[in-house]
Amino acid sequence: MEGFRDKRIIAELKKEIEAELGHRRLRIMHVCGSHEHTITYWALRGILPEELELIAGPGCPVCVSASHEVGEAIELAREGLTILTFGDMMMNRTRFGSLMDAKSDGADVRIIYSPRDAIKIAKEEKKREFVFFSIGFETTTAPIASMILEEPPANFSILTSNKRTSPAVDHLLQDEDFDLDGIIAPGHVSTIVGAKDWERFPKKYGITTVVAGFEPVDVLLAILIITKAKKPCLYNEYRRLVKYEGNTRALALMDEVFEVDTAWWRGMGWVPESGYYLKEKFKKYNAREKYGVSMKPDPEEDIPKGCSCHLIVTGRAYPTDCPLFGNRCTPENPYGPCMVSVEGTCQIWYRFGNIKKLRR
Amino acid sequence: MCLGVPMKVIEIRGNNAIAESFGVRTEISIYLVKDELKVGDWVMVHTGYAIGVLEKEDALETLKLIREMVGHGGEN
Repeated sequence: MEGFRDKRIIAELKKEIEAELGHRRLRIMHVCGSHEHTITYWALRGILPEELELIAGPGCPVCVSASHEVGEAIELAREGLTILTFGDMMMNRTRFGSLMDAKSDGADVRIIYSPRDAIKIAKEEKKREFVFFSIGFETTTAPIASMILEEPPANFSILTSNKRTSPAVDHLLQDEDFDLDGIIAPGHVSTIVGAKDWERFPKKYGITTVVAGFEPVDVLLAILIITKAKKPCLYNEYRRLVKYEGNTRALALMDEVFEVDTAWWRGMGWVPESGYYLKEKFKKYNAREKYGVSMKPDPEEDIPKGCSCHLIVTGRAYPTDCPLFGNRCTPENPYGPCMVSVEGTCQIWYRFGNIKKLRR
Repeated sequence: MCLGVPMKVIEIRGNNAIAESFGVRTEISIYLVKDELKVGDWVMVHTGYAIGVLEKEDALETLKLIREMVGHGGEN
């Protein structure tokens, strides 16, 4: 697999993209923190022509997690329940504070790597009540479906904040001013949902879409395919993992456990058919039903004052456009949600360099 | 959350498997892929769950395609 990082192939792809591009301007958006990582870490914006704009879309689950859902988790923690969550969520600040604040005040908030650990902990400590704060896109939602079907213990429930990725792109495209020439679709989300979930983007919107892997050669090949495309098409560059129909077993399990409805994306608002919610028959595992917690979004207080995250997750600004970036807002002390997670565009730019300086 | 780790399946135990990556062995869930899995396969693992099986042939084919597109020789 070393071929996917081969410097000669990278150089050839760069040359080919430059030749195909000519003097055109192209705007290409991806929707995955891991793609942003590849692009920034390998300085792809620096080696490619400035006319080719690579935009980071809403591809970081922590960044778009709704404040009011974090608020629900904090409320449950302060009521004495044990909250289990991925580490990235701890420092995510909202108008209710953060889970880290709740922990500092004595609440029991624990970091886990895998939902499997959540079940294990709940089985070991039978006298405590555990709530798993379940955030993530389809890659995380599929494991949660499998977890629910494997019958967790009675002292365990989940607070869902799980999302479908592709409806967020539909949402952005509703804005007529938002023009795109290509979409790089997320490889691991597509492992679950299949390349087919992206078919409507060339068909309905006329935008060439390439499902891509996460090595620099994968991303450059996706860019080349978009640059070369004579008419809008769907292309699966990540065939070593992604099937057209996706992981059909995982999709069937998710369908059994979840229903799909509108969800609030931080910085974006309501996105139709983008949220996964536990079906009625699994309500004993639904923390909102079990503990009667239910908060609503507050559009006025969605993003901290002065933070540009709503512009960054929607591809309307780069991190370096934000006056707080790198001074008031750093990974050690993240002010806005895009600086919190390793998948957040701001954190990736902070860790791997100011891209504008890397331009020729 | 979408950070994936490719791992090789060493042993299958019902819904779980022992898998290895960079010399580290760990237990993973294969519940999401178990219909198609056998020992020696490579899987992409997210948060302790295998979400898909990696196909070596398809990887080689993609590299071949790239070489064709950029007119690169067949070496490496």
